Amino acid sequence: MHVVVMGCGRLGSTIAAELDAEGHRVTVIDHDESAFNWLPDSFGGETVLGAGEDAAVQARAGAPQADIFLALANGDNRNAMAAQVAMHIHGARRVVARIFDPERAEIYRELGIRVVNPTTALEALVREAAFEA
Amino acid sequence: MYIIIVGGGKVGRGAAQDLIAADHEVCVIEREPQTAWTINNELGDVALLGDGTEVRVQRAAGMNRADVVVAATGRDQANLAVCQVAQQRFGAERVIARINDPGNEAIFRAVGISAIISATRSILSSIEHEVDANMLRLLELSGTGFELVEVVVPPDAPVAGRLVRHLGLPPGTVLTLILPPGGRPEVPGPDSVLEPQATVLAVTEPEQEERLRRLLTGAE
Repeated sequence: MHVVVMGCGRLGSTIAAELDAEGHRVTVIDHDESAFNWLPDSFGGETVLGAGEDAAVQARAGAPQADIFLALANGDNRNAMAAQVAMHIHGARRVVARIFDPERAEIYRELGIRVVNPTTALEALVREAAFEA
Repeated sequence: MYIIIVGGGKVGRGAAQDLIAADHEVCVIEREPQTAWTINNELGDVALLGDGTEVRVQRAAGMNRADVVVAATGRDQANLAVCQVAQQRFGAERVIARINDPGNEAIFRAVGISAIISATRSILSSIEHEVDANMLRLLELSGTGFELVEVVVPPDAPVAGRLVRHLGLPPGTVLTLILPPGGRPEVPGPDSVLEPQATVLAVTEPEQEERLRRLLTGAE
């Protein structure tokens, strides 16, 4: 599968490296060239320098033909916009976005994006660690 | 009317000033304390300090009773979020978005935000109009899918000197005004003459804009 990952921070680079190692075709977008240093030397995918919410940059990364688009940059607004550009402009089949703010996470879910909200996800893990027998 | 403006930079503050002068109730949501303070000093206590893309900040501003929302920050991602939160959570019906990068117009339209103001595009279009005999898009007739454009007919254009009825205008296109050089403006009828150097205003659809431009200017 072709996966486009927007945002090459800790999370983006980790997922990109793992998917690449599993044999998927991976393209990573980041607007900061030094962010690509997070990727391991073994990474065999492509990198694209530019703003991931920009439709032209997404096109360069192959978003129109991609199977999955992951919006994993640091800002909610940027991720939400990038996800919707991938969905509505490029017709990406599956779009996932990280949205930190739980209230906005719900809004973007209603708008058809598969949203991952770190706050609620972590809350569940913390509860489990705290109360698990 | 009650108008909420998100972003208190030059655009947001200018809009707030004009709207207050026109007797509207205005709230400016601004996240920089210094900028918010300046607005409160200059325009009276109308600024609310906070991130206008957040639900609770929009709620505190009274978004549920706002008649119009203007997303006027310098960042298109933030403006898109402001509009979508206002629409999705507070049922805002009239949202106006400032677009800084013309490349982002498509996504705003795709998600149903039709009232967009693209300053960069307007400036580029004005420059082209001054440099070439080009068409200037004056405004979009909000929510209708039509736009108002201005063209000056070059003296060597094939249509110069023709009657309006013989122009063969693109479908959905109406000439609304002809201003002959040095003359007085007239509402064009079928027998009006399109004089060389005349300024023409027309209402058309975006898809027909290029065809209309070629017809009236004769330029490829």
